[in-house]
Amino acid sequence: MTRRPSLWRQFYNSVFRHRFDDTPRNRLLQITSNVFLHLHPATIRRHGLRLRYTWGMGGLSFLMFLVTVVTGVILMFYYRPTAAFAYIDMKNLQHEIPFGMIQRNMHRWGAHAMVILVWFHMLRVFLSGSYKAPREFNWGVGVILLTLTMLLSFTGYLLPWDQLARWAITVGTNMAAATPFLGHQGPGAGLTGVTERNDLRALLLGGPQVGDPAILRFYVLHCIFLPMIAAILMIVHFWRVRKDGGISGPPHVDEEPRPGRAPARSHGFRPKTED
Amino acid sequence: MTERQPDETLPDAVTTWPHLVRIELLATLAAMVLLTVWSIVVDAPLEEAADPNRTPDPSKAPWYFLGLQELLVYFDPWIAGVMVPLFIILGLLAIPYLDRNPNGAGYYTLRERPFAISAFLFGFLGLWVLPIVIGVFCRGPGWNWYWPWEAWDIAKTPHLTNINLTDLLGIPASLGGVLVLGWYGLALLFWLWQRKSAGLQRLGGARFAITAFLLLTMAAIPVKMALRLLLNVKYVWVTPWFNV
Repeated sequence: MTRRPSLWRQFYNSVFRHRFDDTPRNRLLQITSNVFLHLHPATIRRHGLRLRYTWGMGGLSFLMFLVTVVTGVILMFYYRPTAAFAYIDMKNLQHEIPFGMIQRNMHRWGAHAMVILVWFHMLRVFLSGSYKAPREFNWGVGVILLTLTMLLSFTGYLLPWDQLARWAITVGTNMAAATPFLGHQGPGAGLTGVTERNDLRALLLGGPQVGDPAILRFYVLHCIFLPMIAAILMIVHFWRVRKDGGISGPPHVDEEPRPGRAPARSHGFRPKTED
Repeated sequence: MTERQPDETLPDAVTTWPHLVRIELLATLAAMVLLTVWSIVVDAPLEEAADPNRTPDPSKAPWYFLGLQELLVYFDPWIAGVMVPLFIILGLLAIPYLDRNPNGAGYYTLRERPFAISAFLFGFLGLWVLPIVIGVFCRGPGWNWYWPWEAWDIAKTPHLTNINLTDLLGIPASLGGVLVLGWYGLALLFWLWQRKSAGLQRLGGARFAITAFLLLTMAAIPVKMALRLLLNVKYVWVTPWFNV
């Protein structure tokens, strides 16, 4: 007869799949038996830890995305996407709702930070040549994510429904009216016969100018459609990082380094050490 | 402490736990402290309620699109607001398929890929970041230039008479198209001149054509800006349907 486990031990085992004492095996299990952490490989090349190499930009971009998701959901409880209520709700967030303003501030500044961080993530991936084979496709996924980040920010820009929002979106969406063949002010509009009521800008705004239908469209795009597409592509992006061989890095240095000298083509990275 | 694990295949691998997870935790904490303090100290902007009858001057797009809005000074909206962003996205997507330089994958080096890095930095810093800085800090009413410390003056309306390049040169307007197409024809000349070189052999015709088109398009932007700023040139190519 096997020994009966204590109630506590049974409960513990039902939640955690392994113990936490610092053994080589548990270090691997920490990653592989945690649904969130197993986004990572269980082991990683040493240079991938270096902030001097990664700048930490990809991870922080994702963190800012999570911040905007959490604060965004909270803001949705207090915001009605209509011209009659949108601005009043912003004022209420500012003056009436406990911690309303800091939610809005974190949402907006987090979003701006995300735009900048994503740009610098792209810059570092370019400068370190990390888009080269076999990572061409994942660079492309990243370019789409960069575009989505800016579209997410752009659609959110309208929602406060103040002067800044309305006219910034007017300027931005006027570009759609200049699209060749599809915008009523663009070249070739005469050929397709589009008017201000049925061109590309009207599709975005739900009418010839920024009004009630535009708020609703931008709200749905901002809260549902774009985050969903971005989340799906992020899954692809992170998965492909692993499938394409983990974080990029210099070619492997297989030969044993001579004592006291860096191996050929170590590119400034420390050779294998047992520290 | 680094244990070599039995399934470690890479020569310089360490366990992700705790090495990477610790860094991620610390970076997350630092970023959240920074963002929280920033959000306590600085309020997000909220101006008066939207009023369709009162257009502010200047009306600025969100700051990350101000580089494109800045281009509206020099190009018609269908170029500045549609074709340029389209080519930026397509060009970025194409980069890994155009860059056949095997060096510099996974480490920083300017020496082994001077052309790729200078072209990218020129585009990113010169044509994207710099116009944004100008748009945010140096543009006032009428989209006129104001230094950040300069007061906005509604009366300031420098009235420039811009002239089309073909008129400036005293040639028929139809030759404007020749000028534009000739600009892209430079790629053909370069190909005929250098096609035996190792660099172009590595690229091949298709990659070279796309690369040259994208680079010439990128380079055309500062060229048009210079024509406007130095010679008050309005358009290079005027047609009944579109102007370039």
